[in-house]
Amino acid sequence: MRKLTVPTLLLAITGVIVFMSHQEYIDLYIQSVIMFMGVNIILSTSFNIVNGYMGEFACGHAGFMAVGAYVTSVVNVMLFTDDKVFGAALLPPETAVYLFPFTLLIGGAAAAVAGVLVAIPSFKTRDDYLAIITIAANFIIISTIINIDKIGGARGFMGMKKVLFAMTDSYDIPWILLWVMIFTFGTVFIIRRYVTSTYGKGIIAIKQDEVAAEIMSVNTNRMKLVAFMLSSGLAGIAGGLFAHILGYINPNSFGILKSTECLVMVYLGGMGSLSGSVISAILFTLLLESLRFIIPWMDTAMHYINLLPDSYELSQVWKWVIIPLILILLMQFRPEGIMGNRELSDVFPKLKKFYSFK
Amino acid sequence: MSLLQIQNMTKTFGGLCAVSDFSISIEGNELMALIGPNGAGKTTVFNLVSGFYSPTEGSLVFKGKSLAGLKPHQVTALGIARTFQNIRLWHDMTVLENIQISQHYNLGYNLVDAFLRTRRYMGNEKRIADRGYEILEALDLRQFAEEMPKNLPYGLQRRVEIARALSISPALLLLDEPAAGLNSSDVNDLIKLIGWIHKEFKIAIWMIEHQMDVVMSLCSWIKVVDFGVTIAEGTPEQIQNNPDVIKAYLGDENI
Repeated sequence: MRKLTVPTLLLAITGVIVFMSHQEYIDLYIQSVIMFMGVNIILSTSFNIVNGYMGEFACGHAGFMAVGAYVTSVVNVMLFTDDKVFGAALLPPETAVYLFPFTLLIGGAAAAVAGVLVAIPSFKTRDDYLAIITIAANFIIISTIINIDKIGGARGFMGMKKVLFAMTDSYDIPWILLWVMIFTFGTVFIIRRYVTSTYGKGIIAIKQDEVAAEIMSVNTNRMKLVAFMLSSGLAGIAGGLFAHILGYINPNSFGILKSTECLVMVYLGGMGSLSGSVISAILFTLLLESLRFIIPWMDTAMHYINLLPDSYELSQVWKWVIIPLILILLMQFRPEGIMGNRELSDVFPKLKKFYSFK
Repeated sequence: MSLLQIQNMTKTFGGLCAVSDFSISIEGNELMALIGPNGAGKTTVFNLVSGFYSPTEGSLVFKGKSLAGLKPHQVTALGIARTFQNIRLWHDMTVLENIQISQHYNLGYNLVDAFLRTRRYMGNEKRIADRGYEILEALDLRQFAEEMPKNLPYGLQRRVEIARALSISPALLLLDEPAAGLNSSDVNDLIKLIGWIHKEFKIAIWMIEHQMDVVMSLCSWIKVVDFGVTIAEGTPEQIQNNPDVIKAYLGDENI
């Protein structure tokens, strides 16, 4: 019975949220916040594989998100919609409902292949040098997309809304919300199974002592390759979901700022803590959304006490001061993050009575 | 055919010759020592055997297979286990996990099995866990299975590291200064432990050591190096009375 508590709970949450969205008890804004939470959970847990469990210092996660976003979107638009650039739909739009998860996986696979780009330099470099290489990889990916005119280049790419309409034409349920939730739970599920297996513990051994790992028969190069590919593949899936939530993607939204958000989420949650990454992704999404209201409120307050001149208004751009500031304060006062490297079951041992994982 | 056959091995780093014309032949079930002053090149020899460096010249053959060009994890999979001068355990994982990870050379399952928790995964993980408990049991460490090595006293950490090396069922065990940092009672325990391992597991043990009581009481054959060059080899009695060795390393009352 204990084995079924968590799956039942997750199924119940998914069912309730999808039902309430379908009946429009929760409005589109709250639905989008939930979906962004899901995407951020996938991003921070996948990033935690290389930056947390393996102790590397990669900085270019948003690049792989971009690869997944573009590949999934282009494939979907080509296959299921009539597009000006790509021509008529190659498959009947009714099939979009069944094939959507597979195109997401294709985007993830493409991102995993791009992950090899940073995996191979990681064999010989660590820390600062790997950071430089991964930042460069992020820029390379963005610039490549900007230069491909067929998928819109700097103007961005759209058409994903038509794919979603094709899906709701077949069965009228909020598909993108459902798929985000399924893939979020699935991601946390497989990452947990990965790091609790002896196979996955190899990457923790690499972090703590790479020489000892090598001598104790861990094939460090292969372990690094697998970890990077898994991490970037999952980021690609997050990117594909992100693209379909928005309906429009632009290469600049996957730049160094997005990578910084991923860094904040991982270090806020705690390196090497899966529950930490989930918690910090949720908190971070809520923080970003609340800044939408808090910044205008701060603006009014500061004008009221005459701290700001009348002509200056605090715009949303100030969140890009606040987010990196969080990172700095975090590193200064609590560098291990919210959870350190412990899991929720280490902090609340009584929870272990209610569930059991294989 | 000997277990490990090294012939005329030389290693130079740029202009520095760390190991020069080194030859040795280790049969199965021997207990041998490599001694010499600091900087003589002893750990370099071990690193060459382990696969961290490749020899500039010479041949390295283990169980008939050449070790040249193999990476350390491949050398380990062939049956050579090693401990380090400064204990290289993974301090933020339990003792049992330390032992389990050294089974990476024959996990028996792949990543997809780990995702799906297939029967192949569960069977192999059980085998790996059982092997871990078996080794801990044999070395009287069972009660520390869930401890972190950083919480254990140094002598126990050394024993855990040796247990980890034994868990890969090696034919040859390389011990790099196993007695380093141990007090005299721990050293006596270590001598008993190594002697017991040698009899019980019937493996060849080759050690680097500075503490002469460990070397003289355990080893049947000793090789002495200084500045990368072999200056003597023989039984403990021959080495103790060899004037070159006394001058270079063991010490003379007249000095």
